[in-house]
Amino acid sequence: MPKVSLSHMEATILMALLISVVLGVVTKKTDKERLHYGLYCFGCFVATVFGLGWLMKLGHG
Amino acid sequence: MSAEAPKIPQPAKAPVPISKWLPVVLIAWAVPGGGHLYLKRTQRGLLVGSATILCFLFGLMMRGAFFEPQTGELLLTLINVGGHIANMMMGIPYYLATWLGYNQPDVAGHVHDYGTKFLVGAGLLNILNMVDAWEIATGEKE
Repeated sequence: MPKVSLSHMEATILMALLISVVLGVVTKKTDKERLHYGLYCFGCFVATVFGLGWLMKLGHG
Repeated sequence: MSAEAPKIPQPAKAPVPISKWLPVVLIAWAVPGGGHLYLKRTQRGLLVGSATILCFLFGLMMRGAFFEPQTGELLLTLINVGGHIANMMMGIPYYLATWLGYNQPDVAGHVHDYGTKFLVGAGLLNILNMVDAWEIATGEKE
């Protein structure tokens, strides 16, 4: 099994992408709704990553 | 003034026999996306299955650790037993990795830490897949 070394950003974006795919597929009924919800979830995850990242930077100095 | 529509009593839904949904849920547990494929939801099965398996594979490649069901303090028990259950929810890939000798100790480092979370996350995603397959099998969802 090859070893993979991802940065914080890469790992969180990858996790966000995989979770968004599953959430989009299992929670909505039509393909259009699934795509929209998957993109919405991904956007929320990414926004949260950036938001909390900046919050920690500003709070920690 | 608007009169409320009279409530018409709906007949109770007959319970779906266990033989109809149990095999689907077991297949969905054993093989991520397998329940959907069994129910002929090929596209959805491939999507959720590949996302779940990719999450698990990245966890292995990042050398994440599997949780051991240790008990002790409440928080420690919750984390370890909960993590172990989530790991087991991955089904055959988890047991395959264990049987093939994957035994990564929990070491410091952000990559290992993310790997552990990816492994747990994959199990949790598979629970979502199982619930979705169950809903399809029982007719709650198309």
